[in-house]
Amino acid sequence: MSAADGIVTDNFGALPAIYGTVLTSFLAMLIAVPVGLMIAFFLTELCPQWLRRPIGIAIELLAGIPSIIYGIWGLFIFAPFLQATLQPFLINTLGHAPVIGAVFAGPPYGIGILTSGLILAIMVLPFVTSITRDVFEAVPSVLKEAAYGLGCTRWEVVRNVVLPYARVGVIGGVMLSLGRALGETMAVTFVIGNAHRISASILAPGTTISATIANEFTEAVGDLYTSALIALGLILFVITFIVLAIARYMLMRIERRIG
Amino acid sequence: MPENILASRYSGRRRSDAVATALAFAATAFGLGWLVLILGALFWKGFSGLSVAVFTQMTPPPGSSGGLLNPIFGSLVLTVIAVVIGTPIGILAGTYMAEYGRYDRLSTVVRFINDILLSAPSIVIGLFIYEVMVAPMGHFSGWAGGVALAVLVIPVVVRTTEDMLTLVPNALREAATSIGLPRSLSITRICYRAARAGMVTGVLLAVARISGETAPLLFTSLNNQFWSTNLNAPISSLPIVIFQFALSPYKDWQNLAWTGALIITLAVLALSISARALVATGKQS
Repeated sequence: MSAADGIVTDNFGALPAIYGTVLTSFLAMLIAVPVGLMIAFFLTELCPQWLRRPIGIAIELLAGIPSIIYGIWGLFIFAPFLQATLQPFLINTLGHAPVIGAVFAGPPYGIGILTSGLILAIMVLPFVTSITRDVFEAVPSVLKEAAYGLGCTRWEVVRNVVLPYARVGVIGGVMLSLGRALGETMAVTFVIGNAHRISASILAPGTTISATIANEFTEAVGDLYTSALIALGLILFVITFIVLAIARYMLMRIERRIG
Repeated sequence: MPENILASRYSGRRRSDAVATALAFAATAFGLGWLVLILGALFWKGFSGLSVAVFTQMTPPPGSSGGLLNPIFGSLVLTVIAVVIGTPIGILAGTYMAEYGRYDRLSTVVRFINDILLSAPSIVIGLFIYEVMVAPMGHFSGWAGGVALAVLVIPVVVRTTEDMLTLVPNALREAATSIGLPRSLSITRICYRAARAGMVTGVLLAVARISGETAPLLFTSLNNQFWSTNLNAPISSLPIVIFQFALSPYKDWQNLAWTGALIITLAVLALSISARALVATGKQS
């Protein structure tokens, strides 16, 4: 049941919003985690010493930009760009594929689930990067030196020594970023399209919990509508609380181990 | 092992290392590329609308010229309220956790909850303040907006205060106690002084964090099209005006939204850079 019908019939449902929240965050993590890990690999092993600080600061500046800036940029620059380039490309290629075709079908709206997922990916990338870099740097250098001494390449050292040692911390950092992505409001509200339906296509507009609350709360008429939106807020809080609690627990574990 | 197998294995390892290295370079360029693109667009679009009128005139109705004076003023007022309420609570809580109850069970629990609050969705905080302040009072107000932002300031200040006080060497505390200072004086006169740069940094970071926050203000301080200094009434703020103007169909409103976005970003960048500089000078001394 969608909230759009509910306004008339006083019948509300949260499923499209929960679906949109989970899907956009999943897309964001799908991109941000591998990219963030590779940047951390670059910063800890490949980057010359004098360049580390400037790049680290630049990545953290990306984290400091308020989410509303991502929103306005996404609405006016990124969404039209995607509408003209990536989305027609996806529709013309993957959209005709036999099984996954429905996922990339439909007109290129510009705004929608995919765009929101991409903006979220850009937003959480600095969180993933800076936490992963910190845990990578906490790996004792004797371990790394031993691996280098055996003749490992840099990539082998990161894959077989650094990553296993820092695993708990990396997972904690990823969960922490996931918590951010799930609760992010403004960046998503601008580009999600606020459509209360579950579409098979990720190019279609959708909605997330936070976008629904931001868009509709001040316009909600009647106690039941307001209460339904507050209940939606509770669902969001419970989801993010669980994710963030797991994240903190894991980061606490690695902190204890390091000392 | 025959030599050609060894050679092929070596070249395979070398190849995967080269591929991974190339990917790492590409990922870093990708990450930094977004920063350049976003800031570039912001400066390009924002500077064209920047003029004296932006800082001297009120938000206009669609179709006429105007500025952003009332939202800028509103944002400053809300930030001041948030800092005035949030900083003392944050510093006191951080002091308890670092000085009096460092190994208490209570501190562990508070630290855990505080860390979660640090990244809790800000829109949920907006809903919370709506329920405890706006609904009982019966109207949206600047006070509610300030308190909502204060809830965001507290965890940042708690965290940095505790971290900075934990870094103060115990020898300083012991020296203070040995010359007969009571606990309270050794904290305020010795530990605070040693941790001051870090604690100020925490407040600056908190201000940077809240200056762009929109979600908690949507249904607490709402918005006001006119000049208003009444904190019991809805008050304008930059993020909300950006939100409203950017989503409007009017070209001149959209341009003002870009200018507002540029102002916020410049403020946030200035705050985080000065926080960083403060940490750097603190380390040297």
